Amino acid sequence: MGGQAMTLTDQRPASEPRIVYNEGYLDEQTKRAIRRALLKGVAIPGFQVPFASREVPMPRGWGTGGVQVTASIIGPEDLLKVIDQGADDTTNAVSIRQFFERVAGSASTTHTEQATIIQTRHRIPETPLAAGQTIVYQVPIPEPLRFLEPRETETRRLHALEEYGLMYVKLYEDIARYGHIAKTYDYPVRVNGRYIMAPSPIPSFDNPKMHMSPALQLFGAGREKRIYAVPPFTSVESLGFEDHPFEPQSFERPCQICGSEGVYLDEVITDDAGGAMFVCSDTDYCARTSSGTSTEGAPQ
Amino acid sequence: MSQPTAALTPGFAHPVHDAQRTFRAVLEAMARPLTPQPLGVPLTPPAPLTAEAGVVVLTLCDEQTPLWLDEALRGSTEVTTWIRFHTGAPLVDDAAQALFCLASSPHSAPPLDTLNLGTDQEPHHSATVIIEAAEGAEGSCTAAGPGIRESLTWNGAGLPPRFLKDRQRLTEAFPRGVDLLFLTPGAVSGLPRTTRLSLIGDI
Ligand SMILES: [Zn+2]
Repeated sequence: MGGQAMTLTDQRPASEPRIVYNEGYLDEQTKRAIRRALLKGVAIPGFQVPFASREVPMPRGWGTGGVQVTASIIGPEDLLKVIDQGADDTTNAVSIRQFFERVAGSASTTHTEQATIIQTRHRIPETPLAAGQTIVYQVPIPEPLRFLEPRETETRRLHALEEYGLMYVKLYEDIARYGHIAKTYDYPVRVNGRYIMAPSPIPSFDNPKMHMSPALQLFGAGREKRIYAVPPFTSVESLGFEDHPFEPQSFERPCQICGSEGVYLDEVITDDAGGAMFVCSDTDYCARTSSGTSTEGAPQ
Repeated sequence: MSQPTAALTPGFAHPVHDAQRTFRAVLEAMARPLTPQPLGVPLTPPAPLTAEAGVVVLTLCDEQTPLWLDEALRGSTEVTTWIRFHTGAPLVDDAAQALFCLASSPHSAPPLDTLNLGTDQEPHHSATVIIEAAEGAEGSCTAAGPGIRESLTWNGAGLPPRFLKDRQRLTEAFPRGVDLLFLTPGAVSGLPRTTRLSLIGDI
């Protein structure tokens, strides 16, 4: 690549900076490999595509997989929203947004419906996603069968043969023991009736939002070097049984700040005496619902 | 440093941004099958390589992607020199060895059963075929599957009936398969292996 890269650089107009700090953060060769993996991921929904993840020193909570996926798709025309546990204002979320403003020239937003790319850890926004939006999930453990079968060669074989009986047995053991399925986050899903997929550590409350979403959903696992995807309008079924269908978590009460019902709530400690209140985990949704600003509508 | 010949036209003027923009169009195309996505084409590659094919090849191909070219493209030294210089992609004669195939017309696309479909364990090790679609094609298929809300009709891009029938049958090989990209002036559309085609009438 050496000679070629130099020649390409030399073709730039003099007004452009000659050396840009890895525009978009990754070198072009790495981005091409990730982009090819993304295309195959989209073409094979729910299948984990291995990719040559770069060893990137990053603060904990940034999600090297999510950051590499975002870096491979984002450009100066994008509006990026980053959420961490539903919040736009955590240190991690703010740092990642600022990072991409610097290296990709993208602008940032906290408004879900304005964002073209949403990078997330732990939540899917309450405001429904729309066509034209892409959501990038940070994934720590991409393999949904890992806790049943530690060997990579074996899990790959199970996926290839669509041999998912063990997974159902394990879930049914939960029902026998607790009367319900114990898993409340990273609850496994079946994509397009074929691959079982880990939705990343989102609460099972959010699982139904993945089903037939108009948005493109991309998943990046940096440490395990896997990329996977769910195209828009694709079936995403949470695993269940006829006598014990999947039941997402639900909340009895409304948010104590904005009054929304049917939203995911966090318990927030309000004083030293152990007082607590239940409020939206999605800070953008909560702030704008309580101020009466609409969160409806779609980009473009 | 390698010295371009006088005849070599430039690649992307803004490699980072041009590749990013092109990729987003291709990604959207693959995510929303058979729905054309606007493709900026800031390039003038040597004919018969079109600007659309040029930007897609520059964006996706490199030393790691064996590339097959149809006869018209392979026969042009200017085209092969341009592609080699700007991407470093090894050009292969046998389409079965290729990760990308580039066809300058629907009729020069390689037969699907000669291509690398990947394996059940590694279905991503499969070919992507980039085809210059015929304009005003009059075939008629209905298409359904991931990325398509209900179903849509498609003109078949001018592909020969036999190719379309092979493609229709290939759906059964899932997760193995071949993914297709179609180029029209200023646009790209995708046909991933998940899209189910029903051919209407005898096309
Ligand atoms: Zn609220």
